[in-house]
Amino acid sequence: ANLLWTLRERLQLTGTKYGCGVSQCGACTVHLDGNPVKACVIPLSSVKGKEVTTIEGLSKDNSHPLQKSWISEQVPQCGYCHSGQIMQAAALLKKNPNPNSQEIIKHMNPILCRCGTYVRIMKAIEKTIQNS
Amino acid sequence: MENELKENTISRRKFLKRGGGLTFLVAGIGIPAFVRKDEKSIANEVKASAWVHISTDGTVTIFNPAAEMGQGTMTALPAIIAEEMDADWSKVKIEHSPVEPEIYGIPWGGGGRGGSMLTVGSRSVSGHFENLRQSGAQVRFVLISNAAEKWGVNIDELETAPGMVIHPKTGKKISYGEIASFAKFPDELPEIPVNKLKKIADFRLIGKDFQRYDIPAKVNGSAIYSMDIHVPNMVYAMINRSPVNGTKPELKNEDDLRKISGLLEIVKLDYGIGFIANSMEAAQQAKNNAEINWTGQSKAENHNSQSAYQEYEVLAESGNSGNMVASIGDFSREIPNTRKVIRADYKNDYVYHAQMEPLNAVAWVKDGQAEVWAGTQGADGARSAIANHLGIDFKAVNLHPCYLGGGFGRRSMNDYILEAVDLSKAVNLPVKLIWTRTDDIQFGAFRPISLQRLEAGIDASGQIKAWKHVVVGTGGGLLGSGADIPFYDIPNKHIEVRNIDHGVRTKHWRAVGHGPNKFAIETFLDEIAIDQKTDPLELRRQLMKNHPRELKVLETVAKMSNWGEKLPEGRARGIGFAERSNSLTAGVCEISLDRKSGKIKVHKIWCALDAGIVVHPDNAKAQVEGSLVMGLSSVMMESITFSNGEVQQSNFHDYPILRMEDAPESIEIEIIPSTEKPTGIGEAGLPFMGAVVSNAFAALTGKRLRHMPFTPQKVLEALG
Repeated sequence: ANLLWTLRERLQLTGTKYGCGVSQCGACTVHLDGNPVKACVIPLSSVKGKEVTTIEGLSKDNSHPLQKSWISEQVPQCGYCHSGQIMQAAALLKKNPNPNSQEIIKHMNPILCRCGTYVRIMKAIEKTIQNS
Repeated sequence: MENELKENTISRRKFLKRGGGLTFLVAGIGIPAFVRKDEKSIANEVKASAWVHISTDGTVTIFNPAAEMGQGTMTALPAIIAEEMDADWSKVKIEHSPVEPEIYGIPWGGGGRGGSMLTVGSRSVSGHFENLRQSGAQVRFVLISNAAEKWGVNIDELETAPGMVIHPKTGKKISYGEIASFAKFPDELPEIPVNKLKKIADFRLIGKDFQRYDIPAKVNGSAIYSMDIHVPNMVYAMINRSPVNGTKPELKNEDDLRKISGLLEIVKLDYGIGFIANSMEAAQQAKNNAEINWTGQSKAENHNSQSAYQEYEVLAESGNSGNMVASIGDFSREIPNTRKVIRADYKNDYVYHAQMEPLNAVAWVKDGQAEVWAGTQGADGARSAIANHLGIDFKAVNLHPCYLGGGFGRRSMNDYILEAVDLSKAVNLPVKLIWTRTDDIQFGAFRPISLQRLEAGIDASGQIKAWKHVVVGTGGGLLGSGADIPFYDIPNKHIEVRNIDHGVRTKHWRAVGHGPNKFAIETFLDEIAIDQKTDPLELRRQLMKNHPRELKVLETVAKMSNWGEKLPEGRARGIGFAERSNSLTAGVCEISLDRKSGKIKVHKIWCALDAGIVVHPDNAKAQVEGSLVMGLSSVMMESITFSNGEVQQSNFHDYPILRMEDAPESIEIEIIPSTEKPTGIGEAGLPFMGAVVSNAFAALTGKRLRHMPFTPQKVLEALG
């Protein structure tokens, strides 16, 4: 079994999305022991004994600083990629609370957004850093 | 819509159960609204449905008639009603409307009540605007009529504030929720005269900043897309579809596949083989292991997209004529009288929608009925298609519209929905059908490939006297949009579309023909300006001098970008103008170039927009930002190619779309204040992108890019 389909179909944690199946788009990004990984290419057997955090586990009430910034900057459009975007950004800020813009771009680059919300994603991350 | 897995549309029964409050009903097309509190009388209204429900606690539920695919109209449309009824926006809840096109649809011209619920062409706000203002004003009329009667005062003495009716003479106030607890209703509601609608200056919501309703659910994973639907006893399906459009499948290893643990059924479809299993993994395993012979003749099998351009050149050169888009004066007569003739060909490859949520649907066909969950741009059309496909009445189809993880035109087709229906019918179980990304690309329906041949005759004074634009490509009616240029005063115009059917699937893609056509037109104008040693802004100013609204947009972007200012070494700018869905845009971009790799970097984009009255400005800006970036993506890197009828791309590694590293560092958008009718915004930023990049490249290098996408390879070729 695969981590993505187990999260989505067996546990019904559907915030983690399927987008490409080959680790190209990042819609399925979750944290594995705190590190961002693409659930679509992770066999379930390899996560035994490890902690998996999905978007549902980021906060109970949209209170994570990134979620607040995502709302105040009105980032999502179709919204489909933003679980992955937020999980990817959360992993960055946990390790490096004050990244510069080049570090943010490099870290966020694996996560695709077809609606083209990148400029607002950048603003939301920068705002989160400023507010922290 | 959040977390309501099963009942995310409101059935009539559910309305009835609400009780206690006021539900505003509209019966039939164009018939004035009714208000009913008596449940029995509602049940008797065959076509009864509602825009607004006011609960006695003051909650106002407004029903959104359009698909929400990211464009934000589920917020903007209810805001129009809330504005006119003076609802307290903090107490507004928004729900999907039922699938009832007689009430929630709009006619093609817009403006009326009833029509198609198809969410396409950026038409939701412009098409619904007047109707929703009227409906909101009628709700307000009922509320103040009831307050007037209760207080024994003349209705003309009453005013409203958000969520309440006020009698200024006595200072009395009553909330809408309180009115809902006792309200009576007239048998017929008057149409509110336009001069009794709110004055623009009095708007509290329209034109102001407020948050999108859907965003909180889109930052925590609770927004429900069709792929998130879970139905008890649901099984999973995948399909192998014909790699060449029109060929038929013959499964060679059925016996082997049936040994896969968890595989429940193999279903033969006209153009594919479906695999139904008790898990996604098992369905995928069967799909991956299937050996299929594809048989039969197909028109598409001879199609090679790169050599198609030669066919187009021949057809463009030939004496054949196609469909005229516009004809003014006499191009053929005037062209020999001009001093100089300039010609250029522009090309653009097939482009794929690449919506982030691959196509999927959940269907449950049982006992002559169908229950379907889908993200669709056309709920009523999808419902009819399902009913016709199954040979049942459309009332036996319960379609639950879900959020769309992107549409861009692809989800105005019903192919993925009918597949899920077929597979469910075959196993008599609820089926979740998921397309892989590779399926989504290889069975895509693309923005057509085309060649644009432009020809202009310039007279002795440097004026463009004659203009010919022949669009040659596949996809028929998809090719011509945006080719006409009524705002450029050229006395002789010949604009024509010639079509070749290659037998492959094509479809509307955000802004349709406007992307390729504005690329050609606006790049060609730049080429003319360079030839005539005129500033490209000045050339457009002259052409548009009798079109003040268009000119204002152009002047605005020139001012925003400080057009003509000296730029740092290695930077250059391009300018362009476009219209789409009656909105007007002008853009400037600033680029630099890595001459070694051939990679263009777009640093900044400025865009001026005239979209009439803008209901939700921050979201309008978001739409322009998004369409600029999606446009830039298509311009810089997107290309679908066919070899012997087969799509050669399979995922984001060989069909790249723009990532954050290639996004502009800044996008500045200015919305021009207007009191004109709203126009469509969702696609407006996209069409000029090809031209402004090509024009900036020419300014930087003196070389011209005439074939989208502008990949590093093509850039290096252009540099020579």
